[in-house]
Amino acid sequence: MIWNEYIECMERDSLQKLQGERLRKMIDRLYFNVPFYRKKLQEIGFSPGDVTSVEQLKDLPFTTKDDLRDNYPFGLFAVHQSEVVRVHASSGTTGRPTVVGYTRKDIDTWSEVMARTLTSAGANREDIVHVAYGYGLFTGGLGVHYGAEKIGATVIPISGGNTKRQIQLMKDFGSTILACTPSYSLFLAEAMLEEGLKPSDFKLRAGVFGAEPWTEEMRKEIEEKLGILAIDIYGLSEVIGPGVAAECPHKKGLHIYEDHFIPEIIDPVTLEVLPYGEIGELVFTTVTKEALPLLRYRTRDLTRLTLDKCECGRTLVRMEKCLGRSDDMLIIRGVNVFPSQIESVLLEMSETKPHYLLIVDRVNNLDTLEIWVEVDDQFFSDEIKQLENLRKKIQYNIETTLGIGAIIKLVEPKTIERSEGKAKRVIDKRKLK
Amino acid sequence: MIIKQLTVFLENKKGRLTEVTKVLSNNKINISALSIADTADFGLLRMIVDNPEKAEEQLKSSGFAVHVNEVICMIVPDEPGGLYRALEILTNADIGIEYLYAFSSENKKASVVIRTDEVQKTIDILQENQIQLIKANQLYKL
Repeated sequence: MIWNEYIECMERDSLQKLQGERLRKMIDRLYFNVPFYRKKLQEIGFSPGDVTSVEQLKDLPFTTKDDLRDNYPFGLFAVHQSEVVRVHASSGTTGRPTVVGYTRKDIDTWSEVMARTLTSAGANREDIVHVAYGYGLFTGGLGVHYGAEKIGATVIPISGGNTKRQIQLMKDFGSTILACTPSYSLFLAEAMLEEGLKPSDFKLRAGVFGAEPWTEEMRKEIEEKLGILAIDIYGLSEVIGPGVAAECPHKKGLHIYEDHFIPEIIDPVTLEVLPYGEIGELVFTTVTKEALPLLRYRTRDLTRLTLDKCECGRTLVRMEKCLGRSDDMLIIRGVNVFPSQIESVLLEMSETKPHYLLIVDRVNNLDTLEIWVEVDDQFFSDEIKQLENLRKKIQYNIETTLGIGAIIKLVEPKTIERSEGKAKRVIDKRKLK
Repeated sequence: MIIKQLTVFLENKKGRLTEVTKVLSNNKINISALSIADTADFGLLRMIVDNPEKAEEQLKSSGFAVHVNEVICMIVPDEPGGLYRALEILTNADIGIEYLYAFSSENKKASVVIRTDEVQKTIDILQENQIQLIKANQLYKL
C-alpha cells in the first residue's frame, strides 16, 4: 500500500525539478535567516538565487553534529522562536545534547512521512499501533504517534519500559502493529515466551523497527518469534526523526522520502560525492524543513543508494540497510570493526543468540578484543569439550569475518544487559585511560 | 539403572554456586552427588538431585543454563584396586569415559557416577561382570 502515490511514484525528472525548486527556496531561508549558513555561503561566493538545481548540491558546504552543538541550543533555527511549536533533543552522552525544533508545518511534514512509513509496512486505519518507542525528548515515540494518527489508526502511546504491562496490553487490546527498537522487540519476544505466551495469543502482524542498526538475521529471528512482518525504518532527529526512509514489504532497501530529504553518499575522508551503488557516508539536505533546515548534514551512517526499480512501484531512491555508524566503528589493531558484523556471525550460527558485548582494551600497547557471548540452553551439554568447541567455532567465524583475532568468553544466559532503548554492545576501555 | 544428571553452566564469578544451592534449598531439593569441572572462564556443575525435573525447571526460571543427561552409578569396594577392576572392564570393552566422580559411603563401599559415550552398552557390560549398579531411586535417597 502506498500513502502518497503522487510523490512516492513520481517520474524522476519531475521529482528532481521539485527538489531543485525546494532547494532554491531553502538556500534563501538559510542565507537570510541563519547567520551560520550566510557566512558559509558567502565564503564560497554564493548568493541567493545562484542555486537552481539539485546538481549544485555537491558544491555546497556540509553541516555536522558539531555545528549543531556549537550553536546550542537554538543557534541554527531559521525561524523566530515563536514559530517553533516543539523541540526534541538527543541524549547528550558525549557532550551537549543535539537540539532540534519544529514549526507547525514541520510537524505536518513529519506526520506525512510517518504516514507513508506506516502505510508502507501495511498499516491502515483499522490497525492498533502499539508505540513502545520512548516518548519525550527522543523523537521515536511522538514521531510514530503522529503518523499513526494521520492514517487514522488507533494509537497506544505506551512508550518504553514496563515490559509486563506492554505484553498484557498488547494482548488485551489486540494490537496489530508494533513500533519499537529491534532489540526491544526481541526482549519483548523473550518475555512473552517466559510468560508462556505464543504469537497466536496476539494479533500482531507487522512491526516498524529502527533507531539502531540491526541485521537480516535479527529480522528473521524477530519475524519467527513474533510471527510478524518486520520492517526497517530509518530516521534521525537532526533530519526530522523517524520517517526519513522506510522499507516496503519487499524488504529490498529503504525508500527515502527524497521530496523532503535529499540524500547523497560521500566518501567520509575525501568528502567527494560517490555514485549510486558505492558505500559511503549518508548525507541529507532537508529542503522543506522550516525550523531547522540543514544543508548536507553528515549522518555518519554508512550505506549505499540504488535507483533500481522496486517491485512495489515506488520510484524513490532506496538506501541499503545501514551497515553501521562511522561513530560505532571501532578501529582495533588498525582494522575497521562494526559491531553489526559480530552480530551477523552470531546469528548465522544456530548455536548462539545475538546477545553479545564487545570489550576493547589496550594491553602493552596492543589492542585486545574480548567478546562475551551468552550460552544457550538448547546447545549446551554436560561436556566441557563441547563448550570449548563452540567457543573455538565462534572465534574462528569472528576471525574470518573481521580479519582480527578475538577472545571469546561464554557467559550465563541473560547476563548481558537487554536495553529498552539503544543496545549497549561495546565497552571501549581505551577511551577511559 | 539410568540416572538423570543436571549440568549447570557457571561463570567464574563469586556467588554463582551459592545461588544454585539457594534455589535448590528454597525448593527443598536434595543433592545426592555433585562435582564441578572448571576452566579458566567457566565451570560446569554436575549433580544428581532427588527431583531432577523440578530442579531443572526452578534453575531455568532463575536464569541458569541447565542441561539434563543420563549417567550411571556403580558401586565398587572402597579398597585398593576397587575402582581399577571396574574401569579395566570398561577399557577392555573399548568404552570411553568422558568423566566420573566418586564418593565413599558406608560399609566400605564407594559410589562412582560415570559418564561414557555409550550408556546402555556400559550398563550391559558392567552387569555381565557382576558390578553392582544403583537404581535412580536408590541414589536419590543417599
